[in-house]
Amino acid sequence: MTTYLAKRIIMLIPLMIGISLISFSVIHLAPGEPVEMQVAMNPKVSKESRERLRKLYGLDKPLHEQYFSWVGKLARFDLGRSFSSDSRPVVEKIKERLPVTLSLNIIALLLEFGLAIPIGIMAATHRDSWLDKGLTIFVFIGFAVPTFWLALLLMYFFGVKLNWLPISGLHTLGSESYGTLHYLWDMAKHLVMPIMVASFGSLAGLSRYMRSSMLNVIGQDYITTARAKGLSERVVIYKHALRNALLPLITLLGFSIPGLIGGSVIFESIYSIPGMGQLFYQSVMSRDYPVVMGILVIGAFLTLIGNLIADVCYAVADPRIRHG
Amino acid sequence: MAYKHSYFHAVFWQNLKRNRLAMAGGFVVGLLFVVSVLAPLLVPYDPNGINAWQVLSPPSWQHWFGTDELGRDVLSRVIYGARISLKVGFVAVGIAVAIGTLVGLVSGYYSGIIDTALMRFVDIMLCFPAFFLILAVIAIREPSIWNIMIVIGLTGWMGVARLVRAETLSIREMDYIMAARCIGCSNLRIIFRHILPNAISPVLVAATLGVAGAILTESALSFLGIGVLPPTPSWGNILTSGKDYIEFAWWLSLFPGLAILVTVLAYNLLGEGIRDALDPRVKR
Repeated sequence: MTTYLAKRIIMLIPLMIGISLISFSVIHLAPGEPVEMQVAMNPKVSKESRERLRKLYGLDKPLHEQYFSWVGKLARFDLGRSFSSDSRPVVEKIKERLPVTLSLNIIALLLEFGLAIPIGIMAATHRDSWLDKGLTIFVFIGFAVPTFWLALLLMYFFGVKLNWLPISGLHTLGSESYGTLHYLWDMAKHLVMPIMVASFGSLAGLSRYMRSSMLNVIGQDYITTARAKGLSERVVIYKHALRNALLPLITLLGFSIPGLIGGSVIFESIYSIPGMGQLFYQSVMSRDYPVVMGILVIGAFLTLIGNLIADVCYAVADPRIRHG
Repeated sequence: MAYKHSYFHAVFWQNLKRNRLAMAGGFVVGLLFVVSVLAPLLVPYDPNGINAWQVLSPPSWQHWFGTDELGRDVLSRVIYGARISLKVGFVAVGIAVAIGTLVGLVSGYYSGIIDTALMRFVDIMLCFPAFFLILAVIAIREPSIWNIMIVIGLTGWMGVARLVRAETLSIREMDYIMAARCIGCSNLRIIFRHILPNAISPVLVAATLGVAGAILTESALSFLGIGVLPPTPSWGNILTSGKDYIEFAWWLSLFPGLAILVTVLAYNLLGEGIRDALDPRVKR
């Protein structure tokens, strides 16, 4: 196990270098220089102060030097300062946004898996039943609905028409004065729609994946053996089949992370949730390059770590991987 | 060989025709083509014709899908939006398929260090939340329909590359490749003449599903205001005003969204149908 883990961690290094290279070059695709953006806002900036700005951001140095100094800082968790008027450190800005996005996505992920696993099992064990057919239709629609449109529809029905749920933010204004329970209830109400939107899209795919994984396992010889020795169908399905059918889902968990993080841009900006997606959107719109670069790198690293955890879990669960 | 080839096609078409959902998807896709090409003849009003007397009027006999905040006919705008979706879908997927196929072929055929390097690059690209990468590049390079198509293509080729590589790896070991090498075919000729045609069928499925994905991405970008910019109508940017006027004008949100849903659904059904028709293991 230790060798496996060590191998996996060493493999991360070239990937991390690649990620930093791509994030760095994306920003340098910009026509003109980042400084131009700041200067363009203010026509009074003189030539000398423009040079000072260039020096401040190290833009007067050759590209490879800029890259190495950026990576050097990155290794020390220093992502530079934001270009926006508050010019706070990027790390600080991301730190206050990350927990919101992460917890939202983790709740959405738990909801997805909590629903998709039973739906997949039911569809597989009752193949061609109305439930199975219903799932197929749901899967196709789930793949085709644009998440931002779903967000709009929910907003219209639950927010505007029925007035059941608040349509933006995480808290009601002045909710700080509420009691703890009331405060949490208020926040929960704000979270219902974003979480529904975040989990809907992948729920369809995940259920179908679970179904086919389950069908695959049910066709194996050891299931026939289990049935032949007279075990009840319940034990066969939930004890023998389910454990093996769940294995591929672990990998899927790792794969779904970039989609979830990327998707947060959409629902966070629609429901005005102060998370990383919203920060990214705002920074992109105002061309706050250090923040954009920082979030790109952190988003990719999170995916990398997520994949690593998924692989390790897989290796723990399946000895064939560990020793193979 | 020629006989076998046409036999394969016949079985493919027979399988596809039997799949009613896939045929329905194909019909809608075809219809969208016709609508996009004939858009100027089909629209009841000028899609950019502002009418101050008919601002935000609900669906009626004059305006089937209602009008927007500038009094423009939503039906006409949705019809013109189909053009954008079609264009983005096909060009973006064309770019993705071209890059993916090339990388996959080279990677699978040459193996060794080239393969390792290319596949690591694929792994790296897959680490980025694609939507973040697209958003960053488009915002930096100015939003425009061309930039959208290029960026969606540049961030969407990795799946195709993996598919083509896997196919190439197995085709490479076939006897007819050995035969081609024996009669002195160059590597390039083997790759493009003998491997490519046999590795392309899974790409067809990925491309069809990819068009659906590209349309979704474009609409999301336009919705966020960094895709197709108004006044050019796209389904995504009509929905932006849908959001702004959600309390008074449900039709602004409903119809463009339905257009996206139906289009994406049609491409997905067609793609799945092609997959099943190509797969001899699927039982009928």
